[in-house]
Amino acid sequence: MTGLAMAGEDPLDVAERWRAEGRKVALATVVDTWGSAPRPVGSHLVIDGEGAFEGSVSGGCVEGAVVAEAVDIAAGAPARLLEFGIADETAWEVGLSCGGTIRIYVEPLDGEADA
Amino acid sequence: MKLADLAALNEARAKRRTVAVVTPLDGSPGRLVAAADAASDPLAAELGPRFASGKSGRVTTDTGDVFIRIHRPAPRLTVIGAVHVTQALAPMATAAGFDVTIVDPRTAFATPERFGDFNLLAEWPDADLLALDDQTAVATLTHDPKIDDPAIIAALEAGCFYVGALGSRKTHAKRVDRLKEAGFDDEAIGRIHAPIGLPIGAAAPAEIAVAVLAEIIEALRKGMTPPPAVRAEKATAA
Repeated sequence: MTGLAMAGEDPLDVAERWRAEGRKVALATVVDTWGSAPRPVGSHLVIDGEGAFEGSVSGGCVEGAVVAEAVDIAAGAPARLLEFGIADETAWEVGLSCGGTIRIYVEPLDGEADA
Repeated sequence: MKLADLAALNEARAKRRTVAVVTPLDGSPGRLVAAADAASDPLAAELGPRFASGKSGRVTTDTGDVFIRIHRPAPRLTVIGAVHVTQALAPMATAAGFDVTIVDPRTAFATPERFGDFNLLAEWPDADLLALDDQTAVATLTHDPKIDDPAIIAALEAGCFYVGALGSRKTHAKRVDRLKEAGFDDEAIGRIHAPIGLPIGAAAPAEIAVAVLAEIIEALRKGMTPPPAVRAEKATAA
């Protein structure tokens, strides 16, 4: 639709379309937040096997790390619960500058696409 | 998530149905639950309040943690007037997550050339056509009382979370007189945002659209309790 180009397409619609195109897809979802977190619980990021993504799970702080994990999960690695925050040692690399903590569940999109 | 569940979820969202996705966080398969089936679900005690509040969240169960993602329909924006401001407002509001409908009985204005694939109704805005509810914002932009007034009345009666009307203070004073005549009290009339839009000095049509959309988002996010629907009380004969 006309207006959607500005905000990006809805990630769940994108995920379905990507599968229909035969791409491998993983879905990342914010399942917990503590403190100040940039995106609310339930926010989605979808990732394909090449690392293309749509949506967001933070304001851009941890997307890179999530995409890196998600590419493996799209390719067949098991689902994983990721945690990012100021208390985490990876915070120095990809933490949340706002000082919050988030948990993100990354799962594969299973099943065959219809023709 | 299973692809079949994702397809069903996207279809439900497109049809403005409320659904939940229940995802076990141990990697075992999740499921889709329609709001209508919540009472008979094993997680009924969790799903009921979450469907009501719209809040997603993680829940600990006997068999491990699950994540419940509630999908409720997007808020709606009904714009009365297929005018220049609307050409800017419709794409902006769509980008902000609103389901936009444009209503204007003037077929010279309500043309697909001007509005592309937006939901456009070239009809009079009566209550049946508009089908308003408390999850809907209404902005009247025609400047024509014949077209704007019925929509404002329908919006007040439906308890819309936002009602805004374009027009100067002078125009609005006349509108207030007409609405009082129609039986609305000061409280009901006070819910109308007029002049429409946050006071940011907007001049160009796109700037007015920003001011209107910002005011609608403020009503959505800060005034979450929708005002009670009001009914015009016909002035009883003195």
